[in-house]
Amino acid sequence: MSISKDLVAASSTALVLGILAEGDSYGYAILKRVRELSGGELEWTDGMLYPVLHRLERSNLIESRWAKAETGRQRKYYRITRAGREQLADERRQWQTVDRTLRKFWSAMTDSPDVSTRFVPALQRS
Amino acid sequence: MAQTRTDNPAAGSLETQVEAWRAHLRKSRSITSQDAVELEDHLREQIASLRADGLSDDEAFLVAVKRLGAIDALTREFAREHSDRLWKQLVLAGDEGRGDLESSSTGWSRRMWVALGLAVAAAVAIKVPALFGMALDAEPGRGFYPLNISFFALPFIAAYFAWDRPLPVPGRLALAAAFAVAAVVVNLFPFTFSPKGEPPHTFILTMLHLPIALWLGVGFAYVGGAWWGSDRRMDFIRFTGELFIYYVLIALGGGVLMALSVGIFEAIGVKMEPYLQNWIVPCGAVGAAVIASWLVEAKQSVIENMAPVLTRIFAPLFALLLIAFIVTMVSTGRAIDVKREVLILFDLLLVVVFGLLLYSASARDATAPAGLMDWIQLTLVGTALVVDALALWAIGSRITEYGFTPNRVAALGENIVLLVSLTGSALLYAAFLRGRVAFSRLCFWQKFYLYVLAAWAAVVALLFPLVFGFA
Repeated sequence: MSISKDLVAASSTALVLGILAEGDSYGYAILKRVRELSGGELEWTDGMLYPVLHRLERSNLIESRWAKAETGRQRKYYRITRAGREQLADERRQWQTVDRTLRKFWSAMTDSPDVSTRFVPALQRS
Repeated sequence: MAQTRTDNPAAGSLETQVEAWRAHLRKSRSITSQDAVELEDHLREQIASLRADGLSDDEAFLVAVKRLGAIDALTREFAREHSDRLWKQLVLAGDEGRGDLESSSTGWSRRMWVALGLAVAAAVAIKVPALFGMALDAEPGRGFYPLNISFFALPFIAAYFAWDRPLPVPGRLALAAAFAVAAVVVNLFPFTFSPKGEPPHTFILTMLHLPIALWLGVGFAYVGGAWWGSDRRMDFIRFTGELFIYYVLIALGGGVLMALSVGIFEAIGVKMEPYLQNWIVPCGAVGAAVIASWLVEAKQSVIENMAPVLTRIFAPLFALLLIAFIVTMVSTGRAIDVKREVLILFDLLLVVVFGLLLYSASARDATAPAGLMDWIQLTLVGTALVVDALALWAIGSRITEYGFTPNRVAALGENIVLLVSLTGSALLYAAFLRGRVAFSRLCFWQKFYLYVLAAWAAVVALLFPLVFGFA
């Protein structure tokens, strides 16, 4: 199963902020964590993470600093800011609302199979 | 960075591949060297992880590159996020390739014509009052032109940006109203000149401070009315510094042109001076201000490389000067000789340091790591603060003795305003160098301080004459 590009994009802010709320991190490690958390289901093109990070940094949700990594190379580390934590709480509320709404819907569908047959084509069309 | 290890052929080929990949990446103007370093670190991390899983160098490289994404797609994505970096390509490339990144569809040549038109309008406007008997040269007792000089250049620059951005209609009306109110108010002030034709102090103060206060109006047009939460304010600071450099360059060229024309016309026995003084100099001065504003925008990438270089040269030199000054003061035990206007000298020093700091901050990549230049900047600000504190200390006790003339209150006020700004900057800079705060905090402080400066300038220009009875 692959998750649609739009959905990946929409969830990127919440995911990145959530991972950085666990602790400071850098690009490669953030992606690894995304893969780990989603069990490999959520595939990002690696490079696309960086524009997202830069956008978040620009809106002051995260901040960055350069430091020497254990490999000896310069590495850019990101840290969540207070505004970022507020944004994360907000994102969380939003996703929970979406999730709650969908959950009710899914359970209604599994309860009566005829509903699902009526609804699924309609969903696919839209 | 990457070192090619020639002793190991396999590693060497991997290095060559990474090198080639990086070179390809760097061709895009939307990816800065910092972005490239960040992406390269990612690529290498990925390669290392894949090799640990048993892949060969070549395989690991290919998979890692594939995962990172095609470079074209990557640069497009970076360009979308960092659309500000794109103007370098766009502004001079003309209309094609603008795409959806630049909302305005106005082309380069159209901008040029509008700028030229406004420059001519400014040049005509400065001669209009002369038709009604206002003398252009500083005629004793008549201060029309010195007082109003800002109104012959700044509204035209503001008009250019109001058209170019564009500034919404309510913003245009507010801006026009602000300029109009300021013009009416200062011209209604009953300044009385001395019998010898010398202007009163408050007249000079208004003349010097009005352009600073009104410059904020130009800034309002420059950012298209989007004052709050806009990165464009930092661009405006950058613009101000670049405009200054451009204007000086144009003025130098103009000076050479005029000196030559006086010379060659004199060779045929024709006197050029009166014509130059009454027409070319004033019209050229205001026209050049508009043209320089347009040039800064149009040829941004040219000057962008020059202005940071200038600050890089002068920041260390000023820091050295100040250190030498402090060392000399301490070792010789000499105190600052408090002359009457010594405060103004130290004001100028603070203005220069303020300008250097502001300009280098605006030209600096806010996400870059702290470097040597930042330490130099901090040294510069720190030493300037020490020197100014010494000066204030020396002046402090004497100021009441001399009495509070408008000049001294203005000079002291300016000193305090700049001192607060630089202290704030120094504290934030120190915190940034210790990794406590992001560089953007410092930029935010400086952006905020623009309002304080403009407000203070407005107070001096518009309230001081009233408070001190136009003395």
